[in-house]
Amino acid sequence: MNVLVFLIPVSVTLGLLGLGCFVWTLRHRQYDDPEGDKARILDDRWDDVPRP
Amino acid sequence: MTMACPGCLAAPDARDSVPVASDITLHLPDIHCAVCIASVEDGLGALHGVKDVRVNLTQKRAYVSALPDVDADTLIDALARLGHRAQMLDTGPLAGQSAVGQDLLIRIGVAGFAMMNVMLLSVAVWSGAADATREVFHLISAAIALPAVVFAARPFFASAFRALSVGRLNMDVPIALAIGLSAAVSLAGALGLSERASWFDAALALTFFLLVGRYLDHLGRHAAKSAAADLAALASPQAVLVRGDLDHVVRADALVPGDVIRVTPGSRVPADGIILEGRTELDCAALTGETAPDLRNVGELVAAGEMNLTAPLLVRCTRAGTDTTLGRLADLIAQAEMQKSRYAGLADRAARIYAPAVHVLGLAAFIGWWWATGEVGRALEVAISVLVITCPCALGLAVPAVSTVTTARLFRMGLLVKSRTALERLSEIDEVVFDKTGTLTTGVPVLENRPSDQALALAAGLAKGSSHPLSRAICAAAVAHGLTPVVVQDAVETAGSGVSARCNGEVLRLGRPEWVAPQEASPEASEVWLQQGGKAPVVFTFAENLRPDAAACIAALRADGISVALLSGDAPAAVARIAKALNLSEAQARVTPEGKAAWLQARADQGHKVLMVGDGLNDTGALAVAHASLAPASALDAARTLADVVLLADSLMPIRAALAQSRKARSRMGQNMGLALAYNVVSVPLAMAGFASPLIAAIAMSVSSLTVSANAMRSTS
Repeated sequence: MNVLVFLIPVSVTLGLLGLGCFVWTLRHRQYDDPEGDKARILDDRWDDVPRP
Repeated sequence: MTMACPGCLAAPDARDSVPVASDITLHLPDIHCAVCIASVEDGLGALHGVKDVRVNLTQKRAYVSALPDVDADTLIDALARLGHRAQMLDTGPLAGQSAVGQDLLIRIGVAGFAMMNVMLLSVAVWSGAADATREVFHLISAAIALPAVVFAARPFFASAFRALSVGRLNMDVPIALAIGLSAAVSLAGALGLSERASWFDAALALTFFLLVGRYLDHLGRHAAKSAAADLAALASPQAVLVRGDLDHVVRADALVPGDVIRVTPGSRVPADGIILEGRTELDCAALTGETAPDLRNVGELVAAGEMNLTAPLLVRCTRAGTDTTLGRLADLIAQAEMQKSRYAGLADRAARIYAPAVHVLGLAAFIGWWWATGEVGRALEVAISVLVITCPCALGLAVPAVSTVTTARLFRMGLLVKSRTALERLSEIDEVVFDKTGTLTTGVPVLENRPSDQALALAAGLAKGSSHPLSRAICAAAVAHGLTPVVVQDAVETAGSGVSARCNGEVLRLGRPEWVAPQEASPEASEVWLQQGGKAPVVFTFAENLRPDAAACIAALRADGISVALLSGDAPAAVARIAKALNLSEAQARVTPEGKAAWLQARADQGHKVLMVGDGLNDTGALAVAHASLAPASALDAARTLADVVLLADSLMPIRAALAQSRKARSRMGQNMGLALAYNVVSVPLAMAGFASPLIAAIAMSVSSLTVSANAMRSTS
């Protein structure tokens, strides 16, 4: 059962990482416009240079 | 500037520091694809002074950051050239709303993360981990769960505390009690103070599902509020304030009595006042329902909401902002709003019975077990399991999930549901009452009779330069008959009277009968006469245009067994004509705003549930009194603000769909309540008998929440 000493911290850390990513996406307003983001991947205006 | 107060000159006017345009939000109802986004962003970005444009397709909005000298009209004109309809939005009332949603989402994220991890650990305990492993797992669960519960469940604790501190019970009290007590007892178990199983996963699952319900509820309310804000802004109530020699555009609610404002033809009067300069015709249909324009002269009164038709006016405000004519109806509205807010939705009624029942059951379990076994610890544990299992997880989801799904479905049909209980009230409707002007009719007059081609072409030539609705009706009729307007010279428009011009040396006059031919008695005011030289005048008569699908909508409502009536403030002849065209037996003319409200009150007293459909200020009292209310998007903002549902489409047919959908939603809510209660009927006796393990609690709770959500999402077709 000694393996639990590593595995439990690893699983909790991975979970926290996921939570951190979720909070990051939320802070960057990634859920504000799902419809628009769906359409924007078809947009070819910024293919050559990134949007300023 | 002669007599100016030095203080006023030194201190800038508060209104100047809030420019109308700098960060502009536009509502773009028609955008739907990547090409629309690109054309709006590129089109606006190319304008001078525009710094940044971002389109949000979900909300159908464009956020424009621009220099202060760019105004919304420039942007709207530019978009119109690109083929996009746009309206300016007032985002003031929405501030802070998205922050509340984000806050709830973060709490859901934390509760979800903690729930998953603690459940993994719990699986080991349930499958028989013992001794040190079990203790370590409990301690780790405690380390994850306690901070998560404290953070994620704070809205429930705060709400329960607020309710208890004023001596009342609400749904959050049993929730907070169950979450708090199960966390406390689990902690005692984890620290080895008791032999009992850990309830951490139950506390977290409870928090998670309740937060999801709370978030759905928030989405519904947010949609309602943003809909109201969208619509308040459609009219973009602005006024042109004249100070010195300069005109400033200010918000209409920033006007104060004594201000001098300019009202251009084609715009609504923003405040009550007295005419200082100008003579014009005003369209009072929004206030009285009357379709014939009213002539006003210098020194006469104008009221907010009236539409200026012919000539520019200079008006001194007497009452402005919320203090305008609308105030006449304020008492009536406030009273009716009180009644409506007393309407308890299904969820509220359930909560009123449920919250005390949960406490009584928990207490009964505690006393029963204490008396039977004499062990306080065991009795407390059973009482907590009863509280956790009865906790209204599924009940909290049952109604918001259905209303979120149905509101979204209705939005796709062109209906904005603004009030939270509107769906439930709509489902009870058995009678629909329509206003006439602007609701059953388009409010735009059309030429009724058919004068000779020569007369019509001549009249169109005279009317071409005028923006008066009757002039436009004549021009439209000429175009419809394929006639080219005759070219006339020296056309002069006399505000409130008509147009005179010359053609081939003859004097032509088109306008009110008493102005064209003062010597003859005029039969009806809504006629227009054309006089050519010394010949007998040609008569033009006008009628209102019915909405194309008004008859179909009324037939469909009747087919559903819903009775239909017409209440109008207009003249009896006009009302009778519309009633005949639509085959309505119940039609009343010359009804005052108070009369409309009284009529609806009388129907309500007879036990009818009436849906009022209206668009004007004269309908506001009725909209507020009615069991449920609906306004078209073209309605005055006061009417739209009051209405429970706003019709965005230019058709009346969605009304029937709204009623059908709301009935379905109501039965779906009932099913959900039944499902939630069925779970309780099974699990509460188990808990009372002391058989409820944390495993059973977790399963019962999750499965009931998932069943209820799935039932709400289930497609109707």
